[in-house]
Amino acid sequence: MSLNIGIPLPALMSQLLLGLVNGAFYAMLSLGLAVIFGLLNVINFAHGALFMLGALLAWVAMEHLGINYWAMLLLSPLIVGLLGVVIEKTMLRRVYKLDHIYGLLLTLGITLVMEGVCRSIYGVSGLPYTSPEALQGATNIGFMMLPNYRAWVVVSSIGVCLGTWYVIERTKLGSYLRAGTENPKIVEAFGINVPLMVTLTYGFGVALAALAGVLAAPIMQVSPLMGQNLIIVVFAVVVIGGMGSILGAVLTGLGLGIIEGLTKVFYPEASSTVVFVVMALVLLVRPAGLFGKEK
Amino acid sequence: MNTGTPALEVKGLHAWYGESHILHGVDLTVHRGEVLTLLGRNGAGRTSTLRAIMGLTGNRKGSIKINGTETIDLPTYKIAHHGVGYCPEERAIFSSLNCEENLLLPPLLKGGTAEQAMTETQIYEIFPNLAERRMSQGTRLSGGEQQMLAVARILRTGANLLLLDEISEGLAPVIVQALARMILMLKRKGYTVVMVEQNFRFAAPLADRFYVMEHGAIVEGFTSDELPAKISVLTELLGV
Repeated sequence: MSLNIGIPLPALMSQLLLGLVNGAFYAMLSLGLAVIFGLLNVINFAHGALFMLGALLAWVAMEHLGINYWAMLLLSPLIVGLLGVVIEKTMLRRVYKLDHIYGLLLTLGITLVMEGVCRSIYGVSGLPYTSPEALQGATNIGFMMLPNYRAWVVVSSIGVCLGTWYVIERTKLGSYLRAGTENPKIVEAFGINVPLMVTLTYGFGVALAALAGVLAAPIMQVSPLMGQNLIIVVFAVVVIGGMGSILGAVLTGLGLGIIEGLTKVFYPEASSTVVFVVMALVLLVRPAGLFGKEK
Repeated sequence: MNTGTPALEVKGLHAWYGESHILHGVDLTVHRGEVLTLLGRNGAGRTSTLRAIMGLTGNRKGSIKINGTETIDLPTYKIAHHGVGYCPEERAIFSSLNCEENLLLPPLLKGGTAEQAMTETQIYEIFPNLAERRMSQGTRLSGGEQQMLAVARILRTGANLLLLDEISEGLAPVIVQALARMILMLKRKGYTVVMVEQNFRFAAPLADRFYVMEHGAIVEGFTSDELPAKISVLTELLGV
């Protein structure tokens, strides 16, 4: 079976699926970045390192403590979220009123420290992490074999993204967040504990990164450098989607994953640059991003 | 009327924005159920006084008692819970929230008085326009509707001390009249109101007392009965 363009359908579909899986990670990471940027005005460079930490924690727990994947799917985000709360309360809080560049530099510094520490303990070679038994194997869906674990990654991360979108756009708590993004001082004057909200938002954003990390552990090799490779693309995704837009971050993440996958089929040489080409084009036409509002 | 704890008692209030010293020892007292108007030229420190009460300026020094409780050292989010509702000059209607979400945004205050908290239904009876437009994006409302929304949303929280900054500014006369009727209604309901007003004609028939500010301090204070005798002083101070 082949399409008239000479690409076998299974190859096309498996690249599409791979693209969708990557897109799911882009979506979860850029969603966290967008939420954090919206309320804290901080470009969280540490996002990649915290994603890595999520995966590494899952590996360490499995290797040394025998704690399984499902438990770490909850515990990793929780631990990293708490770490985020500490980072926000002790460090980030001091740079809100300054230019973006200070937040960027601070979180870059945090990244270097975290990656350096992990590297000196675990080295740079990838550590293997097997997917949980229940999700091993593949399902025949007619035109291709669908690896169960990859399907799970796509479905669960889209679920998490939709859940987050729902909470932010449709609930009372979300209305505090949206209002706080626009004018935190007035929201605080209404009697809402904005500083606490900011801390918890940062904790939640980085917990999402850690969750993506655990989901990624069986697919990518767990390594202290795994966040670095991803975070640059994720920043491009956030720029394309528009800073601070929730839905924009999710849709752009998934879309770019798919574009990347398709590029691998039709013109593999360009697959690692296509995201940045799209970014350049979008910035030329819509400087605020696809879903961003011009200020 | 002047018995009991004042709703608001400010003594020797100094405030800064960064390096610049903007309030130089403001003293004012507002009794329960009173409507008080702060008059003065632009830049005299009226808006800054309200912002300082809410903890929205930089450093503050002095004393601010709200319903008898000292609040000068409290963080902004705790100040409202002593019974204050703040309507800022820029209205601060949120564009990412619809009209109803804007109305329901301020939480019920812990120290609020239940009998003064209006229900959503009561608010929509007073402002039928807002009921019609409850699903519209906040900033799609007309200027007048946005102003009504900005005031309405602090009426359901249980706040009994309302700080209203320039609510008549830039609005059509018919809307200004509606706002004047609303202030009188709030007064009947027993709310304490502090208004910052440029529009002297709007404020004159509503207020029980007036303070005039200049250079970040109160320079003149009088009751509505004394108003006729003060007109010439006012003209000089306000340049109206």
